[in-house]
Amino acid sequence: MTYLAKPKLHHPELPKNKLGFTRRDYEGTVSTLCAGCGHDSISSAIIQACFELDIAPHRVAKLSGIGCSSKTPTYFLGQSHGFNSVHGRMPSVLTGANVANRDLIYLGVSGDGDSASIGLGQFAHVMRRGVNMTYIVENNGVYGLTKGQFSATADRGSKSKRGALNSDESIDLVLMALQLGATYVARSFSGDKAQLVPLIKGALLHEGAAFLDVLSPCVAFNNHDGSTKSYDYVREHNEAVNSLDVITVHREITTEYPPGSIQEVKQHDGSILRLRKIEASYDASSRLSAMTYVQSRYDRGEIATGLLYFAPTPRDLHDSLNTVATPLNQLNERELCPGNAALEKFNAGLR
Amino acid sequence: MKPISATNDFVIKFANVNGSGSASANTLFAKAIMRMGVPISPRNIFPSNIQGLPTWYEVRVTERGWLGRRGGCDMMVAMNPQTWDPDVAEIEPGGYLFYDSTRPLPASKFRDDINVIGIPLTAITNAAYSDPRQRTLFKNIIYVGALSALLEIDVPEIEKLIAEQYKGKEKLLEPNIRALHMGRDYALANLQCPLGIRVKRSDGVGKKVFVEGNSAAALGCVYGGATFAAWYPITPSSSMAEAFAKHCRKFRVDPESSKNRFAIVQAEDELASIGMVIGAAWNGARAFTCTSGPGISLMSEFIGLAYFAEIPAVIFDVQRAGPSTGMPTRTQQADVLACAYASHGDTKHVLLFPEDPKESFEMAADSFDLADRLQTPVFVLLDLDIGMNERLCDPLKWDDSRHFDRGKVRSYQDLEAGARFGRYLDIDGDGITYRTYPGTHPKRGSFFTRGTSRDRYARYTEDGKAYVDNMQRLLRKFETAKELVPKAERIDASRATRFGVIFYGSTGPAMREALADLEDASIEVDALRIRAFPFHDEVIEWVGRHEHVFVVEQNRDGQLRTLLVAEGAIDPGKLTPVLHYDGTPITARFIQGEIAQRLGAFNVTPIKKTAATGGGGE
Ligand SMILES: Cc1ncc(C[n+]2csc(CCOP(=O)(O)OP(=O)(O)O)c2C)c(N)n1
Ligand code: SF4
Repeated sequence: MTYLAKPKLHHPELPKNKLGFTRRDYEGTVSTLCAGCGHDSISSAIIQACFELDIAPHRVAKLSGIGCSSKTPTYFLGQSHGFNSVHGRMPSVLTGANVANRDLIYLGVSGDGDSASIGLGQFAHVMRRGVNMTYIVENNGVYGLTKGQFSATADRGSKSKRGALNSDESIDLVLMALQLGATYVARSFSGDKAQLVPLIKGALLHEGAAFLDVLSPCVAFNNHDGSTKSYDYVREHNEAVNSLDVITVHREITTEYPPGSIQEVKQHDGSILRLRKIEASYDASSRLSAMTYVQSRYDRGEIATGLLYFAPTPRDLHDSLNTVATPLNQLNERELCPGNAALEKFNAGLR
Repeated sequence: MKPISATNDFVIKFANVNGSGSASANTLFAKAIMRMGVPISPRNIFPSNIQGLPTWYEVRVTERGWLGRRGGCDMMVAMNPQTWDPDVAEIEPGGYLFYDSTRPLPASKFRDDINVIGIPLTAITNAAYSDPRQRTLFKNIIYVGALSALLEIDVPEIEKLIAEQYKGKEKLLEPNIRALHMGRDYALANLQCPLGIRVKRSDGVGKKVFVEGNSAAALGCVYGGATFAAWYPITPSSSMAEAFAKHCRKFRVDPESSKNRFAIVQAEDELASIGMVIGAAWNGARAFTCTSGPGISLMSEFIGLAYFAEIPAVIFDVQRAGPSTGMPTRTQQADVLACAYASHGDTKHVLLFPEDPKESFEMAADSFDLADRLQTPVFVLLDLDIGMNERLCDPLKWDDSRHFDRGKVRSYQDLEAGARFGRYLDIDGDGITYRTYPGTHPKRGSFFTRGTSRDRYARYTEDGKAYVDNMQRLLRKFETAKELVPKAERIDASRATRFGVIFYGSTGPAMREALADLEDASIEVDALRIRAFPFHDEVIEWVGRHEHVFVVEQNRDGQLRTLLVAEGAIDPGKLTPVLHYDGTPITARFIQGEIAQRLGAFNVTPIKKTAATGGGGE
């Protein structure tokens, strides 16, 4: 089986973004996932977000682990370098890549098995280090690629396709990301593009650790009654706390909005995230309230979605490492190698 | 029994209790001798414990400059009651026992054939200091003072060293000097000085430097252009990461912005550290990790990815005694096979075997060129013996006209000029393909890196032909590696011989001495020091020219021998393993004894051979 490249016939009328790219320029090869898989909708939301943000595709590095979800980077941003690493360990590869070149945009894609089971350790540490990235978990509550075993995000009491009940407590990656220091935390649903695309855009613009948990039903193994990650369940129990408009610096920043229900936050790069609160009491600037809110909704069987928490001026790993502004992979010999004279001095100290 | 008499040629061993502050006094002792121009070769033999267990520091004083362990001990400074019996037993007949005679010991505690030097250390210290911490610390300096009288070590050299040590902490300087003289004066007044073994000024050290292998390797990483280290603490490699941090703070801080031209991440585990290295190297930075055996085990899945996806990664394995946690603070060369074939599936990796700190420095720097050139993981196999002991070696040198070899990387200009790009296209026929760094060009040169099978254009495929094509190319690349890695070092006997001996890594210094000793006993063998895997064709030819070859290693199973048999298609019967693996560094005496004995018995048909030719199925 080989991946099919999509034909690159561009319709002359296709809308172009600021860089002159059409949406097609943000696509990858044809997906080989099951028809209807939630992951494909997420790929398409990523394409949309990058197109709308006028991101140069080759400036994105897309990294993933192993799983159906982790296969998806092949299906978007065909001009980006991609990296399918090993199961559960994408975060470390992404961290290294980011340390080497701080100038690219890092997009990590993972599954719930990948991030909440085998890779839970790396997930935790990439968040606490504050790596500047957009980390998306395509959460279906099962291992899709290995055919339907429960993953660690499957809710206790939910049913597998074969009828087995999950007896273990589930891990909520949003709560973990909040606790571990991610500075942009959101949850969405693959079937809700209107909510998802702006959330991805906000995450891409965020200069810190941005985490997005996207419920993404697996049509092959987890889309039946009794599953809490099926389309129907998620649709019926989705509780949006807000909706987001992302206004980039390129665009004219309009100031018209109905007061009271809007929270506008300016980011590092000048872009503005405009949060429309649906839940009037919701406070996206507080970790603690976010955690309480998410947990209280969960206890009621509801799934809180939207931008749950964010810090407008985050610290990232490069701040902690105090690295130079020039990407490390661009430093030259003169800047790196102290030369023989320094070595002779060093030798002198060793006698 | 005649007391041992030797100038600038003896072994002295300090038996202490871990955590008693003896380490700095013992190093002071060794360095003072070195400052007198007499070569030394010290070894730390320490427990996997912070406080309380026995620890030894062995100083070989060696006018001829032998840097391996000789074996045996001419003087024991027995400061640990716990290990008294074995310590006393270890002294060579005619040797010396130096002990704290504050409390008299029964005669049964001594040997008749050694010379006993008692000095009431505890009594002296207790009289001079009331603080218990001071008592333990100064006791060490007091015995160094006494030894300076007994062995005729220049006092001004010791004083200078103390001054260097306490630079900036002058308050501590004077009490240390006072303690030194307290011990010295006692010895001069009460003991017969000097002893039969003693130190005399010489010019044997010359320009040589005294440095720890891990520190030298870390400096090699700085010179080799490594900008990123990701690591997870493990003995005996941690000091390498710490040294890298120290060297970077010295050499790599941008003077204008005070920002770092390096990054060091202490990862959450070894899985993450190698993952970070791979991510960084994929993105075009030179990166490394340093670890020991257990770390290699954990990294294996990722190492296979780096091999198959062809990503440069430099891994320093400072080996210790395995398997499992084994003896974490003891040395071995037991990760050779684990590194050569790390990970599942058919993999083979480049290994480098430095023999001393200088070569650790050089090979560290070279490893980045090699990894970039070959786009594959490169292992530098140190061990605790080189890594965590200071050794004398030639001064470190750098050729300023040298350039980093970043290997086959297509730049924006190359791609713009229409250079053909397929990530896994073997354009030059050497098995090495071209890569681009992410973000290079908006339209050309991007590719997808994966651990799954792919075609020459990096497109996923499960087509068997494409898979075999790729695996064959990786073999071709490994062939190319033979020409790029450091060649073996030949040490020829002065006359033709049927016998050869192969050795590598930290065994080097002891081996050189053993060869000289054998020659003195009219036993001539050719020697070959392997410096890298894959083996160059000359290695296999060299083995072919000898009737019998001993392979000297510090592991139980003869791992390099296995590699020679497997990769060089060498008749196993031809390679006799000589193995030392109790966790202490191999000695010249051991090697010489083993080889002499086996050569003596050589006319007997080797047991292995008979077994191999017999048998006719079941
Ligand atoms: C070390 C290791 N163990 C197990 C596997 C097998 N494996 C491949 S994908 C996968 C689960 C993927 O699940 P998830 O991350 O939830 O992704 P999905 O397929 O559901 O999108 C497993 C267990 C592997 N590739 N590597
Ligand atoms: S198995 Fe499930 S997760 Fe995998 S492609 Fe099919 S629907 Fe998607």
